[in-house]
Amino acid sequence: MTISPTIRVQREDFDLQTEVDRLTRAEPGIGAIVTFSGLCRDEGGMLAALELEHYPGMAEAEMTRIANLAIERFGLLGLTAIHRFGKIAAGENIVLVIAAAPHRQAAFDGANLVMDYLKTAAPFWKKEHGTDGSAGDWVSAKDADDAARDKWK
Amino acid sequence: MTRLVYFAWVRERIGKSEEDIALPSSVVTVADLLGHLKTLGEEYETALQYENVIRVALDQEHAEHDEPIGNAREIGIFPPMTGG
Repeated sequence: MTISPTIRVQREDFDLQTEVDRLTRAEPGIGAIVTFSGLCRDEGGMLAALELEHYPGMAEAEMTRIANLAIERFGLLGLTAIHRFGKIAAGENIVLVIAAAPHRQAAFDGANLVMDYLKTAAPFWKKEHGTDGSAGDWVSAKDADDAARDKWK
Repeated sequence: MTRLVYFAWVRERIGKSEEDIALPSSVVTVADLLGHLKTLGEEYETALQYENVIRVALDQEHAEHDEPIGNAREIGIFPPMTGG
């Protein structure tokens, strides 16, 4: 039986416990849950918010492709990936990944792979808004993120 | 007509989020398309100046610059992704 991932791209916030409960209820064979939450940092008080832009349709399609890759590679029993868009204030949630497996290593690896691919292949972009009111720069892609993704190949 | 959609600073520099354009028959690959767009005006030239960093999706799937466009109906053009 193949597991179908839960993929959502949404403006509103998510609740970690609600999403974990939803995933574990569906599959009693789960022995390990790894969750990753990405939050908007304030960059030492300089950053008020990030504005997340996405490519509607393609964002969901890429996240689904990445999730299925992790499910297949590590034999996951559940995978949830939620990415927010719009203006996200410092301290708020941006992204949630939950990987579930019979044992811990697969769950850790699954969550890790999904995040590494998500950062480099899912069509989302971040624009910085400063605490001084400036609508600043777009966040630059990092070579380190590409390197992190490539280690899974 | 082919629908072009732009995101992030590519969208800002071109000054629109989407448009429908007729591509000349000389445009075969993704690189040909970027080259053609740069002839359409200063804003395109500025947006696509650093061509090697520009990412392209054909019908919402990532494509390399040497790939043929084929019958793609929607072509997304954008900077490297920075989500997550």
